[in-house]
Amino acid sequence: MITKNGSLPDQPPPTNSIGVIGWLRRNLFASVLNTLLTFLALYIIYLGIVPAVNWVFVNSDWVGDSRDACSSGGACWVFIAARINLFMYGFYPEEGYWRINLAFAILVLLLVLLNIRQVPRRGWIAAFTLIGYPIIAFYLFYGGAFGLTVVDTHNWGGLSLTLILSGVGIVASLPIGVVLALGRNSQMPIVKAASIVFIEFWRGVPLITVLFMSSVMLPLFLPEGTSFDKLLRAMIGIVLFESAYMAEVVRGGLAAIPRGQYEAAKALGLNYWKSMTLIILPQALKLVIPGIVNTFIALFKDTTLVLIIGLFDLLTTIEAGFKHVSWLGFAVEGYVFAALIYWIFCFSMSRYSQNLERKLHTGHAR
Amino acid sequence: MAAEKQPGELPTKAAWWRRPVFRSVVFQVLLVLGLVYVGNSLLNNTLYNLEQRGISTGFGFLGVEAGFGILQTLIDYQETDTFGRTFLVGLLNTLLVSFLGIFFATLIGFVMGVARLSRNWLIAKLAMVYIETFRNIPLLLQILFWYFIVLNKLPHPRQSLEMAETLFLNKRGLYLPAPLFESGFWMVWAALALAVAAVVFLARWTHARQARTGEQFHTFYVSLAILFGIPLLAYFAAGSPLSWEIPELKGFNFKGGLVVIPELAALLLALSIYTATFIAEAVRSGILAVSHGQTEAAFALGLRHGPTLRLIIIPQALRVIIPQLTSQYLNLTKNSSLATAVGYPDLVSVFAGTTLNQTGQAIEVIAMTMAVYLTISLSISLFMNWYNRKKQLVER
Repeated sequence: MITKNGSLPDQPPPTNSIGVIGWLRRNLFASVLNTLLTFLALYIIYLGIVPAVNWVFVNSDWVGDSRDACSSGGACWVFIAARINLFMYGFYPEEGYWRINLAFAILVLLLVLLNIRQVPRRGWIAAFTLIGYPIIAFYLFYGGAFGLTVVDTHNWGGLSLTLILSGVGIVASLPIGVVLALGRNSQMPIVKAASIVFIEFWRGVPLITVLFMSSVMLPLFLPEGTSFDKLLRAMIGIVLFESAYMAEVVRGGLAAIPRGQYEAAKALGLNYWKSMTLIILPQALKLVIPGIVNTFIALFKDTTLVLIIGLFDLLTTIEAGFKHVSWLGFAVEGYVFAALIYWIFCFSMSRYSQNLERKLHTGHAR
Repeated sequence: MAAEKQPGELPTKAAWWRRPVFRSVVFQVLLVLGLVYVGNSLLNNTLYNLEQRGISTGFGFLGVEAGFGILQTLIDYQETDTFGRTFLVGLLNTLLVSFLGIFFATLIGFVMGVARLSRNWLIAKLAMVYIETFRNIPLLLQILFWYFIVLNKLPHPRQSLEMAETLFLNKRGLYLPAPLFESGFWMVWAALALAVAAVVFLARWTHARQARTGEQFHTFYVSLAILFGIPLLAYFAAGSPLSWEIPELKGFNFKGGLVVIPELAALLLALSIYTATFIAEAVRSGILAVSHGQTEAAFALGLRHGPTLRLIIIPQALRVIIPQLTSQYLNLTKNSSLATAVGYPDLVSVFAGTTLNQTGQAIEVIAMTMAVYLTISLSISLFMNWYNRKKQLVER
């Protein structure tokens, strides 16, 4: 307020518009309707939370080693604890667990390195993660070299199989997807048509029919005598399916690169492959990293479908766990545990991708 | 090299094998040859393998008697019907669950998308928790959960939950009264068609009149009156040609009425709850994409809250929402193939499952199944392209 002697100091705002009360009034009780909605929401939360907390924490059993330990009527987490090895490693021989652990430890290390800005030569690390690491991981999982015993793929299972399936799906489909995306943007009519047909075909059919096809029809397509194991057949199906989605993601990145970049590359006298690999793709691929992560999340959830062709991924091993005679009747615990694992993975990846999107967006704001 | 050239000398043309046209022709010819070779060898291998296993090719099996029952059939089907008929039954079941799923997913999705933007903090957070929870859990897991855990906990038929003695809910499904159309009911359908035509005509007329004179007309209420009034009049004029068949408990289960089998219910619940999370995100992004200046400009023009929403915000938000919405519808239709996990008799479960196992005609069956999904998805993407062209922002 302005007076003869200058301005008076500002009055503090009314107490009901600041602090906790102000916040409550603004956000929960702004109008009659709003108040009603608040009470409705509180009621819904009450209905949901109380039984859930009781079941999960209050009435649950945590320690023990058989179903007799579960007597309090709530969740029986003993079941999960007792079968955790099955859920994580499937039927992998126990003395080989360190191999799986080591493989994933290396992967985690690489991913952490890739996400620290200060690490030098991150490009080489990325290349190693995409090309060198899968080879190391294969020998760790499968064995057959460096004195490691061979572990057949039908012993693989649990969460590690889920991660292998989705990891292979993403890493193998990335290069195919890039080629298809370039093909779809190509000037050559036949190349373009072939890419479009391929992409639209795989995107148009459900994954489950692809898995059926790869398990039933693939043996028919190949020369007599060649036989594949079940896991490899599923992987082929997943990679073909996923590469079409990847192609569309990459195409989005290609479309986001300003035309000037293409023209500048041409003006420098670069030929097609040079302009793509040196100018366009590095920018486009950086742009689509969030899209790739989103594809990975979708794939990670979709790997549950291998249940239908009888591979033992996380969900299937959990089902096998509660269908076993000694743990019959603990289906709810099993499903909740599975949901929790999938949720943690997917949620953290989606947060990561949102974060990345925000970080990458700034460079291209015009 | 270029440095040795005299000024003004034209650059020499590239050698013929370095020209882009030549290279592109060679490359494409090679690609075609490669594709033909791969296709041919696949075909040969397949024919050889089929011959070795004594499987005959062709679609003759479609006329053979199927000999197995199907849990839910929308059209008349007996075990003595053909395999071709099982295809039709499966296809209709797929379409049924897709349509219902799309309906419920859209409903939940729009409500949740708007709730996510609510000014009420609690409601917004609740919507967020719903979205983040259900979209990060695999659909298959959700289907299994609803089917084996939730619906399995329902009471036996004798202790059914009931509402007004007409709705019954138990382990075997949800029983609803079924409408029985009597002979005069065609009059109601005819009246409905007439009412729709009248509404279209009315809308055109009022629009033209508003453009001409500026006078407005309560189109919405009048159309509502026409849409409900004319068929209702026809209904009573025809002597109420509609009755309801109430389900009754006979022996161990209910007879009569419409039944929603638990397989369908579980699939529908999971599909709509899962897809709705994505639709909610689409709705939210669509609404947020319309800048606040648009609302302010509309208010400045003197539009009230309702017309602002209807004429300014929603049309612009839809431009962002519709493409995402259609792709979610497409996903829902494809995901309905997970029915096979709980045994709902959809196309994949009946045709690519039972029929394939009984006949062994893997190639034909899988090809037909894939063709169905391809047709659906291609027609939806054609629609999308048409829509995008129509709604594309026309800039200067």
